[in-house]
Amino acid sequence: MTDTPLVIAGKSFRSRLLVGTGKYPSNEVMVRAHEATGAEIITVAVRRVNISDRSKASLLDHIDSEKYQLLPNTAGCYTAEDAIRTARLGREAGLSNWVKLEVIGDERTLFPDNEALIVATRALVKEGFVVLPYTNDDPVACRKLEEAGAAAVMPLGAPIGSGLGIQNRNNIQIIKEAAAVPVIVDAGVGIASDAAIAMELGVDGVLMNTGIAEAKDPVAMAEAMRLAVQAGRLAHLAGRIPMKRYASASSPLEGVVGR
Amino acid sequence: MIITLNGDSYELDAPVNVTRLLARLDIDPRRVAVEHNLTVLKRAAFESTMVRDGDQIEVVNFVGGGGC
Repeated sequence: MTDTPLVIAGKSFRSRLLVGTGKYPSNEVMVRAHEATGAEIITVAVRRVNISDRSKASLLDHIDSEKYQLLPNTAGCYTAEDAIRTARLGREAGLSNWVKLEVIGDERTLFPDNEALIVATRALVKEGFVVLPYTNDDPVACRKLEEAGAAAVMPLGAPIGSGLGIQNRNNIQIIKEAAAVPVIVDAGVGIASDAAIAMELGVDGVLMNTGIAEAKDPVAMAEAMRLAVQAGRLAHLAGRIPMKRYASASSPLEGVVGR
Repeated sequence: MIITLNGDSYELDAPVNVTRLLARLDIDPRRVAVEHNLTVLKRAAFESTMVRDGDQIEVVNFVGGGGC
């Protein structure tokens, strides 16, 4: 079965798995894991350069920007103003106008501040950014983000880094039904089946970091995630059978020996 | 003269442009973004932007991260 590409802001991608760059045991493992995921979009954080210690190599030495679409994020921002400022800096550092927009509203859960997120989305879209906001699994928030000009909406499956899997499948399906832009489940994926479930629900892609980076073998988990996203997508396109309360035999009822 | 560089005080002998400042800090200008008094600079403006006493400079780069 052939699939259509994932199209975000007019750009086509074969892979429906987007990945991060945090928490890897080493840059070398990260590079191999990225390759194993088959991902084409990679998110990076924007932080102050360490002025006193210039020994660390730049992260960009380990990401081929010809091969990957860089997606600077505004992780760690708690106000629309800080997120906008960080997005502008990310654009200059990466020479890409794409941004994974995060405005966090709560330290313990890292849940987004939807109100500030919508304000920041509107402002950045006006400045020409391709905005991919990380949002709650709230269909109303997603609709408002789309109206504000988001190029995709990225509802969480579960809290960032929690590995709890897709907590509200029904909301994710409602979001997907209503959205005219791609829906990418961002955060909460702990293991391959979580990624497959997200894709089976019909979303357009999955973004993850911790589930791969903190696995015992990140490169192996990266491959598992690639396969899971493909399997979930294929299963979604293939069309699942309806769920039934009782059994339905799959062998002929006639000619049973001894009956 | 004293500037604020990434939130800390930093001493300079005299005003310099951003290109010179980055060179002095041993920072590759192609790998960073610079904010000068809350305005993000285009790379083409590094040469013409002078850093003066009391200015606020932020120099950022990309680090590993997924969300938050």
